[in-house]
Amino acid sequence: MNQLINSLLVILVLTGFMLLGSSRLDSCIRTVAVQGVLLGILGVAMQADQWSIAGVMLPLSSAVVKGFVLPWLLFRAMREADTAREVEPFISYNLSILAGATVLGLSLWLGRQLQLANQPASSLLVPAAFFTSLVGMIVIVSRRKALTQVLGYLALENGVYAFGAAVALRLPILVELGILLDVFVGVFVMGIAIFHISREFDHIDTDKLTALTDRLR
Amino acid sequence: MIALLIVIPAAVGIVAFFVESDRLRRILLVCAALAHTTLSLTTWLVPPAPALGGWLAEDALGRLIETLTSVLFLAASFYGVAYLREERSRPHSDFEEGFLFSNAREATFTGCLLLFLAAMTLVTVSQQLALLWVAVEGTTLASAPLIFFHRHHRSLEATWKYLLICSVGIAFALLGIFFLAVAASDPGSSTISLMVDDLRTNAHHLNVPWLKAAFVLLLVGYGTKMGLAPFHTWLPDAHSEAPSVASALLSGALLNCAFLGILRTQEICVAGGLADFSDKLLLVFGLLSMAVAAVFIAGQTDYKRMLAYSSVEHMGILAVGVGLGGAAVFGAVLHLINHSLTKAMLFLVAGNLLAVYRTKSTAGVAGALTALPVSGALWLLGLFAITGSPPFGPFLSEFTIVKAALDQGQTFVAVIFLVILAVILAAMAAPALTMAQGTPGEHVLPVPGRSFALSAVPVLLGIAVLMMGVYVPPVLTRALREAAHLLG
Repeated sequence: MNQLINSLLVILVLTGFMLLGSSRLDSCIRTVAVQGVLLGILGVAMQADQWSIAGVMLPLSSAVVKGFVLPWLLFRAMREADTAREVEPFISYNLSILAGATVLGLSLWLGRQLQLANQPASSLLVPAAFFTSLVGMIVIVSRRKALTQVLGYLALENGVYAFGAAVALRLPILVELGILLDVFVGVFVMGIAIFHISREFDHIDTDKLTALTDRLR
Repeated sequence: MIALLIVIPAAVGIVAFFVESDRLRRILLVCAALAHTTLSLTTWLVPPAPALGGWLAEDALGRLIETLTSVLFLAASFYGVAYLREERSRPHSDFEEGFLFSNAREATFTGCLLLFLAAMTLVTVSQQLALLWVAVEGTTLASAPLIFFHRHHRSLEATWKYLLICSVGIAFALLGIFFLAVAASDPGSSTISLMVDDLRTNAHHLNVPWLKAAFVLLLVGYGTKMGLAPFHTWLPDAHSEAPSVASALLSGALLNCAFLGILRTQEICVAGGLADFSDKLLLVFGLLSMAVAAVFIAGQTDYKRMLAYSSVEHMGILAVGVGLGGAAVFGAVLHLINHSLTKAMLFLVAGNLLAVYRTKSTAGVAGALTALPVSGALWLLGLFAITGSPPFGPFLSEFTIVKAALDQGQTFVAVIFLVILAVILAAMAAPALTMAQGTPGEHVLPVPGRSFALSAVPVLLGIAVLMMGVYVPPVLTRALREAAHLLG
C-alpha cells in the first residue's frame, strides 16, 4: 500500500508543476481536477488498515466534487466569461517553474524539521501537502485572471486537505461534509462573481480591479 | 434550544429566497429576527442543554457574542425593511460616477441576510474547533452576496476581494486546526478530540511547538477575517461598498465572530501556559492594526471608508486588550460590545446621510444637523463616542484597558495606545464637525416621508451606547467576568 501512496504523492507533486507550467486555462482546470481525484484515492488508501463505509465514502465524494463537479462549474464559468484561453501570468512560465522548484526544496526541508507523534504512512506526505499549498499561493499571486485565482485557491485547499490526510486525522463526518460543502459553495459563488466580472468589464483580469483605493488628502 | 437558534434563521432564510411577495418576505425577516432575539435572551434565564453531543453549547463568551449578534440583527432587520422599501427595484444612478445600475433581487438579499445570521450563530455556539471553522467560512459565503447588492463594478470588485482574501485566509486557519490536532495527538492513537473543553483540560500535555505554530496560523487565518492589519485589505472596500445595513452587520457582528475563533485558541494557550507567546503576538498585531488604521483615517476623504478603518482600529484594541491579559481582558470583552453597538449605529446613520446627500465624500456633506436633525446629531455624538470620549461606552472600556496596562507596568504599550487614540480622535473630529455644521447645499434633496425606523433604530442603539458608558448592568458584568476568566 505504501508503494501506491508514494506514487500518488509523486503524481501530486507533478500536478503542482503542471499547474505552474501550463499556459492554457482548460489544462489548468483539468490539472486541479486530477489533484482532487488523487486526494480522494489517497484518502481511501490511507485507511487500508481499517476500512469503514464512511471512511471510504467521504474521500470518494470529495473526489467526485473536486474532480468533476467543480471543474464542470469552472469550465462553465470560462465559457460564459468567453475569456481567452491563455493563463496570462505576471511572471514567465520558466520563472513559475523555478519558483515551484524552490518551494519544493522548502517543503522537503520543512517536512524533515517537523516531528510528528504518529509517523505518517509516507515521508513524502507532509512535503507534498505543503508543496501543493504553496503552489496554490504562487498561482494566486502571479496570475492575472480571476479564474486562475480560484484554481490557486483550490490547490491551496487541496494541500491543506492532504496535510489532514498526512497526520491521519479522522475528522467527524459532519465536519468533513461541512468543509466539502464550504469549498463547493465557495467555488460556486466565485464562479457567479466571475460571470458578473466578465459581463461588467468584458474581461476577468483582476489587475484591472483597481477602482477601490484610498484617495487620501 | 441551541439548535433552534440556528435552524430558525436558516430555514426562514431558505424560504425567503422563494417568497415572491415583498411584504410577506419583509414580515418573515422581522419575525425571524424577533424569534431569534427572544430565544437568545431566554438562554440567559434558562441555560440551554448542549446539543449534538456537546458540539453546540453556550459558554459565557459565546452567549455574550451570540446575544450581541442577535440584538444587532434585530436592529438591522427593522432598519433593513425600511431601507428596502425605499430602495425600489428600478435602476438607480450611481452617486459617484453617474451610471445606471440596478439592485440584486430583494429575495436574494433577505435570504442571504438570514443565512448570514444562522452562520454567525453557529460560530458562537460551536465548541468543536473544526465545526467553528466551517461556520466562519459559511459567514463569508452568506455575506458575499450582501456586498454585491448594488450591481455595479465597485461593489463587484469589493465582493471579489472579500471572497478571495477571506477564503485564502480561512484556508490557513484550517491548516492551523490540523496543527492543533497534531499537537494533541498521542503516539499510537488516532482519535483526536477538537473540543475546546478537552483541549483546555489537556493543554499541558499538548506538544508546544505545534501548538505555537497552530496559534500563528489561526491568528493569521481568522485575523484576516477579523480585519487585523496587515491582512485587513478587503475590509475597507467591502464595508464601504455594501449597503449600510450589511456594513453594520459586517462590522458590528461578523468581526466579533472571527475574533471568537482566535479567542478559542487563546483559551487553550492560556490553559497550557503559553500565554506569554500568544499575548505577545496579539499585542504586536493589535498595535500594528491601530497604527495602520490611524494613518488611513487621518487622510480619509470617504466617510464610510473612515468608519471601516475605524473598525480595523477597534479590532486592534480588542487584540491589545486580550494580549495584555488580566484586567485588560475584561476591558476588551466590554469593548467588543461597545464597539459593536456604536459602529452599527454609525453605519446605519451613514446610510441615512448617503441617501440624502448622495455622496460618500466627507467634503460633500455639510449641515447634517439642519438637513437631518436626528441623524446629524447621532453622527456627531457617535463619532465622538467611537473615538473614546466620555461619557459613552467605548470610553469606559478603553480606559479599563489603559489602566490595566499601566498597572501591569506596560507603560510603553499604554503610551503608544494613547498616542494612536489621540491621533484618531483629532482625525475624526474634524470631518465630524464639518459634516454636521454649516448649511446644506442646494443639491440636497429633502426626502419627504422617510420611514420612521430609519432614525428610530439608530437612536435606540445610541441610547444603548450611552447607557453602557454610564451604567453596566450587574448581569452583564458577571457575564463579562466569566468570559474574561477563561482568557487569562
